[in-house]
Amino acid sequence: MKVIAVSTVIKAVKEACIEMNFLVDPMILNGFETALQSEASKIGQGILVDLIENARIASTYKAPICQDTGMVIAFVKIGQDVRIEGGLLTDAIQEGIRQGYEDGYLRKSIVADPILRKNTNDNTPGIIYYDLVAGDGFEIELGSKGFGSENMSRSKMLKPSDGIEGIVDFVIDTVEKAGSNPCPPIIVGIGVGGTLDKAAQLAKHSLLRPLNEPSKMAHIESLEKRLLQAINDLGIGPQGLGGTTTALAVHIETFPTHIAGLPVVVNLNCHASRHKKIVL
Amino acid sequence: MDKIRITTPLTEDVIKKLHAGDRVLISGKIFTARDAAHQKMVALIDRAEPLPVDFEGQVIYYAGPSPARPGEVIGACGPTTSYRMDDLTEPLLKIGLKGMIGKGDRNAHIITCIQDYGGVYFAAIGGAGALISESIKSSTIIAFEELGAEALRCLEVIDMPAIVVIDTLGNNLYHTEPQKYKKEPI
Repeated sequence: MKVIAVSTVIKAVKEACIEMNFLVDPMILNGFETALQSEASKIGQGILVDLIENARIASTYKAPICQDTGMVIAFVKIGQDVRIEGGLLTDAIQEGIRQGYEDGYLRKSIVADPILRKNTNDNTPGIIYYDLVAGDGFEIELGSKGFGSENMSRSKMLKPSDGIEGIVDFVIDTVEKAGSNPCPPIIVGIGVGGTLDKAAQLAKHSLLRPLNEPSKMAHIESLEKRLLQAINDLGIGPQGLGGTTTALAVHIETFPTHIAGLPVVVNLNCHASRHKKIVL
Repeated sequence: MDKIRITTPLTEDVIKKLHAGDRVLISGKIFTARDAAHQKMVALIDRAEPLPVDFEGQVIYYAGPSPARPGEVIGACGPTTSYRMDDLTEPLLKIGLKGMIGKGDRNAHIITCIQDYGGVYFAAIGGAGALISESIKSSTIIAFEELGAEALRCLEVIDMPAIVVIDTLGNNLYHTEPQKYKKEPI
């Protein structure tokens, strides 16, 4: 039995919220630098240079990478032998978000009601998914999701007979329609299978995967590669102003599904792909 | 490519000389407004009530900055996606607004409006909020303070980097440039 105090969770979530909004993921930065070598468009090259400079300025903690410091997403994996002491785990995560966004001078972008639209002024609530597992491990994969790219995400209930070609067509159509809006170069997260909601959750989770860590399943890895090539052949380029760098990565996650269905969700993420793993 | 220095408010002469693809450095006063502030301003125009600012020749920046850290003028202040303002833009162009800074393509109606009202649309780099904030020298809330990040602000900028993406003739970089790099599927 492992005991974790809620104060430990609050502190870890708070620090992760701040850090992920000021420090560009080294793999994304590496992605910019690699893309700069191959980018065909002069405008595109200029944008990549500016994004590298933006990362340098943000790393001094003068200002976050992007003013849209996002809605916080937390995927919690908690062992059955872990006991949380001193309060509710959900409350602790929300408190960590609250403190991180206040103390980190991050933008409060959450409205309490989608219709009435009054700001909660502390960037809560974040969205939390729990996964109960064996043992005494505890980890939170935290992300802060900007909405320029979230707004360009789509779902479709394909027919089983649509197969791989149906998935490819839907993903390419989604990225092409999104064009300049999701702030390319983007990360493309795709959930395939399960139910409508499960596919969306898979797509979101795939965005937190380290960049260019391919799927462990051979047929999915080859689909990821095929899609990345096809997306970069669209010509959308950095910021949608033309070029050969439209996406830095394509991540796919799958789940068993029903004999009658092939749910697909495409969740786009901007180049400011902010995520951080907490292990306690 | 040389960058063109321009100063707000924008005159007809300056706008005519700007072409899609030009890189510009903007100086002077610009005004931040996004979804909620646009809704409020359009409602004021509909009711024939006065606006908090005279927009004649002015430039609106679609942006909602993050809070300033102590000792800083502003937090990150990059552009938000412009299409959300497409249905709320013409009333402002009608009363003299000349420039818009944002990111992403505009709809066909707004592109026609940009031609008809003699305006110009600039793109700033989305997700470069820290870089852009370096060119902002002051920030003052002038209306709708209750909207927080979405309040109407006056920013004084020096050499704020942007790209002309839709010029006053309707040339649109979002349409012309990607075509050059598109490869047909094998």
